[in-house]
Amino acid sequence: MAKTKARVKAPKSAKKGEAFQIKTLISHKMETGQRKDKKGNKIPRDIINKFVCTYNGKEVFSADWHPAVSANPYLAFYVKAEESGSLEMTWTDDAGKAVKKTAKVTVS
Amino acid sequence: MKKAYLGAMAFGVAALIAASFASTTHADHNSPLLGKMEVDDRRSGYTYMEPETKAIQDDDFENPAMIFVEDGEQLWGSVDGNANKSCQSCHNDAFDSMKGVAAGYPKYDPKLKKLKSLEQQINICRTERMQAKPWKWESNELLAMTIFVRHQSRGMPVNVSIDDEAAPFFAKGKEFYYERRGQLDMACKHCHEDNAGHMARANRLTQGQINGFPTYRLKWQKVGSVHRRFRGCNKNIRAQPLKYGADEYVNLELYVAWRGRGLPVETPSVRN
Amino acid sequence: MTNKTLETRQVSRRELFSLFGAGTLAAMGIGIAGPAFADAKAVDAAIAKITGGKAAGSGKITMDVPQIAENGSTVPITVNVDSPMTDASHVKTLHVWADGNPSPEVASFHFTPMSGKAYVSTRIRLAKTQNVVTLAEMSDGSFTMAKAEVKVTIGGCGG
Repeated sequence: MAKTKARVKAPKSAKKGEAFQIKTLISHKMETGQRKDKKGNKIPRDIINKFVCTYNGKEVFSADWHPAVSANPYLAFYVKAEESGSLEMTWTDDAGKAVKKTAKVTVS
Repeated sequence: MKKAYLGAMAFGVAALIAASFASTTHADHNSPLLGKMEVDDRRSGYTYMEPETKAIQDDDFENPAMIFVEDGEQLWGSVDGNANKSCQSCHNDAFDSMKGVAAGYPKYDPKLKKLKSLEQQINICRTERMQAKPWKWESNELLAMTIFVRHQSRGMPVNVSIDDEAAPFFAKGKEFYYERRGQLDMACKHCHEDNAGHMARANRLTQGQINGFPTYRLKWQKVGSVHRRFRGCNKNIRAQPLKYGADEYVNLELYVAWRGRGLPVETPSVRN
Repeated sequence: MTNKTLETRQVSRRELFSLFGAGTLAAMGIGIAGPAFADAKAVDAAIAKITGGKAAGSGKITMDVPQIAENGSTVPITVNVDSPMTDASHVKTLHVWADGNPSPEVASFHFTPMSGKAYVSTRIRLAKTQNVVTLAEMSDGSFTMAKAEVKVTIGGCGG
């Protein structure tokens, strides 16, 4: 995914056992495969179809996306942690290419 | 003319914004929560949007166009062209040097002997000072740089000069605004002056202000320039659209900017 | 070029289509000549496949959607399922459908007890006025669902 930029908003610290919100945004056309070009040919589908969030290597939350997800997908969700650690977020497109972002959280 | 409360709020929210982004070097001049979206009878397009759309613009993280601000910042510091310079080489920190600059565009250029838009000034710098290739209008680079520079004026009132050398071009822009054109034989004023606030089928017509451009338009699913919008408007009334950067459009841009004088620069805004 | 109105140009059939909104749909990636739009039956079938015919409860899912979408290409939605999200009782998966889109599937969200909340906020594409349907699969094998209508209009001002 050339020119794909992802951003993550996560707190730097959180209370043990208290759910905290994560916001994510990634720039991507999310080409549905329904559009036609000027010649009338269908523009092939090209979307991010999977989002995964792990915490210290364990999957916490994931999403399967279809073409009905808007371009430049925005996704907010929650995570609850019992210990400090590292969030890793991965966006994967139809071609299997992945974009990753990490964020560290101190839990006390 | 920043009010005290705006300044206080800006400080607090700016600190929050600065904390969220690793890539920006410091906070914005102003919070995206600009407050004063109406001046006398002039209303920003923001005031016509649904609450969900306003919420996207109000949050610098959720606003997809803010990625272009980051891109622009990156380009600002990147060397390009045979003179081995970056924008930063001459202009240093954009946060300081570009503050208020975009609020005065388009403006008269004594060398060109006509008006120039901000996009055109960026390319003048690139070709003449950096000896780099000009960026194509509506390219991601030119959009990013235009957004980045205008963003440094966010919250400041639009303040274009229509006097002295700019006067005849302002007059031409005004003439264009009131001139009928196209198969539908309509002028800008028919929608944006006579019918602002009324419905055109299922859209509410705005005053057609441009203080938020380049804007993230939900319809485009990306950011776009004023000239893209002008071309679209012309196509809508079945008139031949002019080229990006056409003199007529730059003149029109000055007139339309003047119509929004005093409204805050909102770049990058979010519109339908 | 002064004192001269812009020339009109030939209007093609394609452009007439765009006057009637196909342009808006095309811009959102939904073709006119493409597959017919899905309907409530397609979503019911998809739900039945997941539940195996088991009845789904209601009242546990809160959907926050706009009454009228500013633009069908980007409709913000927030969904929250009332659940303690413990090991013993949590939401496993939340499915989202749009019963009036060319394909009804929008997204599926997979939660774990580490999610803390069965909450998701995102932006989706809606081709026209329709229902957004949600179904939550719970860890105890039960299901709960909700639906909300979003009005999507074809604007008068493109560009």
